Amino acid sequence: MTRKDDYEARRKHLANMSDDELKQRFWDLTNQVVKPLIDLAQTQTSPAIERSVLLRMGFSSLEAKALVDKVLDYGLIGKGAGHVVYKAAKMHNVSIREAGLSLIEGKYWEEILNSFGVVK
Amino acid sequence: MKLKPNEKLNIRELMKDIENYRPKRRGWVWRKHEPKLNLNGYDYTELSTPLQNSVPLPAAKYFNNIDPQPLPVITTEIASGRFEDDIRRMRMAAWHGADHIMVIRTAGQSHFDGLIEGTPQGVGGVPVTRKQVRLQRKALDIIEEEVGRPINYHSYVSGVAGPDIAVMFAEEGVNGAHQDPQYNVLYRNINMVRSFVDAAESKKIMSWADILQIDGAHNANATAKDAWKVMPELFVQHAINCAFSVQVGMKKEQIALSTVPPTAAPAPDLKINLPYAVALREFFSEYKMRAQMNTKYMESSTREATVTHVLNLLISKLTSADIQSTITPDEGRNVPWHMYNIEACDTAKQALVGMDGLMEMLELKNDGYLRDKVRELKERAILFLEEMLENGGYFNAVEKGYFIDSGIYPERNGDGISRKIAGGVGVNTVYPRDNDYFAPVTAHFGNNNVAQYDEKAVNNPASLIAGCTFEKPEKIIYIDELDQSDNVYKRLEETEKYRSTSLVKPEVEWLGDGTVTVDFVLPTDIRHAEFAGIEIGKKMNLLDVEVIHKEVLHMAEGTRIQLKGKVPFEIDLDKLVIPEEPKTLSDDEISAFVKNNGMKIVSGTVGEDEHSVGMREIIDIKHGGIEKYGIECIYLGTSVPIDKLIDAAIEANADAILASTIISHDDIHYKNMKKLHEVAIEKGIRDKVIIICGGTQVSPETAKKQGIDAGFGRGTKGEHVASFLVERKQEIMHGN
Repeated sequence: MTRKDDYEARRKHLANMSDDELKQRFWDLTNQVVKPLIDLAQTQTSPAIERSVLLRMGFSSLEAKALVDKVLDYGLIGKGAGHVVYKAAKMHNVSIREAGLSLIEGKYWEEILNSFGVVK
Repeated sequence: MKLKPNEKLNIRELMKDIENYRPKRRGWVWRKHEPKLNLNGYDYTELSTPLQNSVPLPAAKYFNNIDPQPLPVITTEIASGRFEDDIRRMRMAAWHGADHIMVIRTAGQSHFDGLIEGTPQGVGGVPVTRKQVRLQRKALDIIEEEVGRPINYHSYVSGVAGPDIAVMFAEEGVNGAHQDPQYNVLYRNINMVRSFVDAAESKKIMSWADILQIDGAHNANATAKDAWKVMPELFVQHAINCAFSVQVGMKKEQIALSTVPPTAAPAPDLKINLPYAVALREFFSEYKMRAQMNTKYMESSTREATVTHVLNLLISKLTSADIQSTITPDEGRNVPWHMYNIEACDTAKQALVGMDGLMEMLELKNDGYLRDKVRELKERAILFLEEMLENGGYFNAVEKGYFIDSGIYPERNGDGISRKIAGGVGVNTVYPRDNDYFAPVTAHFGNNNVAQYDEKAVNNPASLIAGCTFEKPEKIIYIDELDQSDNVYKRLEETEKYRSTSLVKPEVEWLGDGTVTVDFVLPTDIRHAEFAGIEIGKKMNLLDVEVIHKEVLHMAEGTRIQLKGKVPFEIDLDKLVIPEEPKTLSDDEISAFVKNNGMKIVSGTVGEDEHSVGMREIIDIKHGGIEKYGIECIYLGTSVPIDKLIDAAIEANADAILASTIISHDDIHYKNMKKLHEVAIEKGIRDKVIIICGGTQVSPETAKKQGIDAGFGRGTKGEHVASFLVERKQEIMHGN
């Protein structure tokens, strides 16, 4: 889109505002722009977010990547990759790390899918 | 590990036991304001606590070597591609006043989906990895103790692995980071949905770790065709990142705007940059300001860049800066070199200290041009936001190319950067969280159904796994190296002789890189000068010769050329023959000798030479000259003929002749020394009189070869000359 500078015409509704009012309006509008972006982030996740969860759970970057790839393959990312590992650890009464390393080796997945009620 | 100022930082020792190293602290540190500091008799109002160890400005020697430290944190960006060499430069920068070390990432890291590990070499930056970060943080933990001030370490939480990097930074004690999803979207073409979803997690992690956030809006300035015209949009970009961060839960004092004066001379710099800076600080009064310097108009002239940056520093001083960034003056021509990082730090320190208390004497006007422009910029920014909302919000605005348009909003030139909502790197990699979505970790953003396992753990999800790495750093899994051929050990082996023997080679960025610069004028036009310059470099036996700067002095009369090239040789420090440093007697020893034995000198500037300052510095009592020891000085003035000086010495029965020889054209200074010696012989007094010559271009060794007793060069003080006079007179008294 191209447009000539029509600032003088557009600014009419701002012309009588005080500096404080302008500042208030600037931040009100900004918060309106940002609100839907925050709502989106609340309800979504991504491979990077899930890897970051696994890093915090005590996995290396290589392990986190391998686990998230498997979680994506099994369609379980909506549950959370950390959730999958946590559940496996509880079900088999092993440590978080043991559970994660076993999942990387391909163990436990059938039971995990069942426990989440996911039909493969 | 503790450093000694006269010893190098040993990289191999630094690497010992690195797998178990934990950083000393977490979070950002500001300088401490000392509102009433008196240094060398000067009252300052805007300084921070002085350093315990530092290198002061060159002119500090005239001011008792004081090294006043300004109030803003000072940034320097260091990333040559080899992190181990960067550590050495960080130490140099810390001694010159930098306390915010920013590490630029290697080209392409933004698109790497995960963490890079090990220590591969980078291009235009370093691959930011856990090992590299841990080693550099450890080095800075040691260096900050050496200089006596905390040093903030900083890199980037961006790209498609933002949350991974944020976690690693939180674990490794990184203190500051760039985080702005708009940077991913506009400049790295990373999918916008992915960028914002990831950014929320990254920001949440950074909040937990007290990492100071800096946004990426300054890139708009560097990218836009007409940099100053993006000013209204810059408000919007800053605001989106600030508001998004606050809504994620970040504290406002943890958020800094990266703001750049958008234009540079020959444009009327302050007329455009000052209203912008004022308006920004009024709208963003609750946030921190990181004052970046203009890079848009940087060419290869380091002088021009330095002047631009000093004007930028003036803007900082007229408004405010919590963090004062520095840009190396060579950034327009290469990845920054050691000495330019140091120059940039010194430029900031010098300018800020020089402007101490400026706004106690001035105030910005509350009406007229400045206020009109401030108002206009604010309104244009609001109009931008209004139209974005009318058009369906941020994502739609980006798709329609609202940003980086070269028209000053609401003017539109239709040349903005447009990105597709359903496009870019990492498109379709965002997934909705199910109702039972769960993550048992600290600092996780968004829906997290912890209650399904334990309602009591809702505020502390990591308690379900007995703490995550944020509470239990021993759970961090450290990877040393993944690439057996590209790592720090290999590079250290290759340059080992420059570390463990007495061999040295010039360098600008890497140990032993061999790079030197040559600066000269050729009396010809620019085109011929460039190609002749390369030939000159080759004839000097330089390798890989390149012209790094050329400047017309006059189309036909002369062109200035700066070359870089590599020298193929090294120097063995152990084989150097270095003359002893001149000894200085104590003031008391000199005065006592003069009192008991007397001392009279005649002095003047010889030849056709009207310079008088140097000699006055040496003799005048008010400059700490030799008069203060009781030495009787007869000063004959400037342009004194040699014969007259000798005759005066005979007449006064002087112990010594002090001749100042400033003009050095055609070696006239050395010729005059020889003549002094010869005339003194002719007139039969040479064995009784001491002859000393001094001047800015005098080499002591060459001077002595002319037959005189001593030569003194630049930096000589009265005490040096007096010490020599006493010792030489003692020798003469003993018949030597």
